[in-house]
Amino acid sequence: MPDTIPQDSVGLVTPQTAHFDAPLTLDCGRVLPEYDLIYETYGELNGNCSNAVLICHALSSDHHAAGYHSMEDRKPGWWDSCIGPGKPIDTNRFFVVCPNNLGGCKGSTGPTTINPQTGKRYGPDFPIVTVGDWVRSQARLADKLGIRRWAAVIGGSLGGMQALQWAIDFPQRLGHSIIIAAAPRLSAQNIAFNEVARQAIMSDPDFHEGRYYEFDTVPRRGLMLARMLGHITYLSDESMRTKFGRELREGKINFGFDVEFQVESYLRYQGRSFVERFDANTYLLMTKALDYFDPASTAGGNLAAALKPVQANFLVVSFTSDWRFAPARSREIVKALTDGDNPVAYAEVEAHQGHDAFLMPIPQYIKLFRAYMHRVAEEIA
Amino acid sequence: MPVLRPDLEIIAQWIEPRSRVLDLGCGDGTLLRHLRETRQIESYGLEIDGENVTRCIQARVNVLQMNIDSGLSDFDANSFDYVVMSQTLQAMQHPERILDEMLRVGREGIVTFPNFGHWLNRLQIAFKGHMPVSRVLPDKWYDTPNIHLCTLSDFEQLCREKEIRILQRTVVNSAHRTSPLIHLLPNLFAEIALYRFRRQ
Repeated sequence: MPDTIPQDSVGLVTPQTAHFDAPLTLDCGRVLPEYDLIYETYGELNGNCSNAVLICHALSSDHHAAGYHSMEDRKPGWWDSCIGPGKPIDTNRFFVVCPNNLGGCKGSTGPTTINPQTGKRYGPDFPIVTVGDWVRSQARLADKLGIRRWAAVIGGSLGGMQALQWAIDFPQRLGHSIIIAAAPRLSAQNIAFNEVARQAIMSDPDFHEGRYYEFDTVPRRGLMLARMLGHITYLSDESMRTKFGRELREGKINFGFDVEFQVESYLRYQGRSFVERFDANTYLLMTKALDYFDPASTAGGNLAAALKPVQANFLVVSFTSDWRFAPARSREIVKALTDGDNPVAYAEVEAHQGHDAFLMPIPQYIKLFRAYMHRVAEEIA
Repeated sequence: MPVLRPDLEIIAQWIEPRSRVLDLGCGDGTLLRHLRETRQIESYGLEIDGENVTRCIQARVNVLQMNIDSGLSDFDANSFDYVVMSQTLQAMQHPERILDEMLRVGREGIVTFPNFGHWLNRLQIAFKGHMPVSRVLPDKWYDTPNIHLCTLSDFEQLCREKEIRILQRTVVNSAHRTSPLIHLLPNLFAEIALYRFRRQ
């Protein structure tokens, strides 16, 4: 609810939808006969279409990366800290495109979409999509927008994995790949957290094997638990301590199981509000895309070999307190890139905010991100 | 192009064109930028300081924000022609280990460091009884990053013990000039030493 739109905001934005009639064959072998991608754009595409950057979103975000949909919005888009006039991804210089991924629940074709073949929502029948599928669908969006080559493909977390996959799958279609708070593949611990989240959703009696739409309900408790668990992994021990400590809501313990500590109240609030805005089947799909991501698997587990085709310049960024995708995971990507003599800059930003740091306006992060994007802008000028 | 720091100019001259270089503690990326622009060398620099990392990015240098003290484990053996460490050896937690690491990942090593055996340093300790403070070593003992200072003789002795062969040595004063006196008695008159070396 901005009274006035801040100077460095992209302002009021309206999503657009692109429809694709050509069937898309997915990694799982199934075919999507047609699909929609909803997306937002900020800034202006220049005459030779060389200033476009693609923003890839993470697990639970969407195409609304910056600005406001209306003056009633409580908050701007999810990456407003980095996208806007004068911000690192400077909309005075770049044409920014951010689509909602296939399988999403915010307007792109996904489990909540009506399946044209049955007339009912896809639900659990929506195919499991991969990071590679997303990249192919995004390439078609680029074709449609007249963008032959992205100046940069940028993403944090699961979005960073897409930026990496882009560099491998379409080496000539991007100048820079910017990979923030990501990993080259999930660890057993990462997969374990995803599995607990999925079990929380799937064991909810309201899940109905994914057909809850037909029962006019949602697996509210399961999705809420999944989000609460996820949220813990996004924060660091230190940031939780600073934010909540052991503070009690009523100033005393009540010897009961109701909400007592502030952190409990916060997590429940996060869980509840997530249920209002996110679909459980989409959550299941997104966690699977994460689990399956492993570009090295195409080269016998050798990431450097899998990166052979890349031509992009890379910026890799990690955050010291991120334990979901710790700096060591980013360094695996860096090592594979240096092994192959690829140009790469790597920054390990001192931050206490955990995995969520990539969304925050941390001064060192913003500075180096801006410096790098400045370089990208100069190359296309 | 701005004038290159004279010690970096000497290092740059030692490096063959189109070779692979790793610069440990690359600062704002001056050397790597110079190598790229004059020798067609695309290399990597390690730097711990965030401000410097941003400056390297501005200079289009391949900078990796990493702590050298925790080793070069992210690099395979023999992945570089030269591993350079300029004015950083004396600030390392384990200078001896880093020399081994330099010659594991690189074919040759290049280091520069302030010579603690310089006569002014000796005088300050001998007659004033104080830890030396000079143009080359401007910090007080309690806030200096230089925790492992050595003389030319110390360094050369360590190389002998570790069976490291010194290929080239340049000794200069703080203006990076040489003189007959420095040539005659380097351990007494050199302020800065530059070495290029490899495994025997």
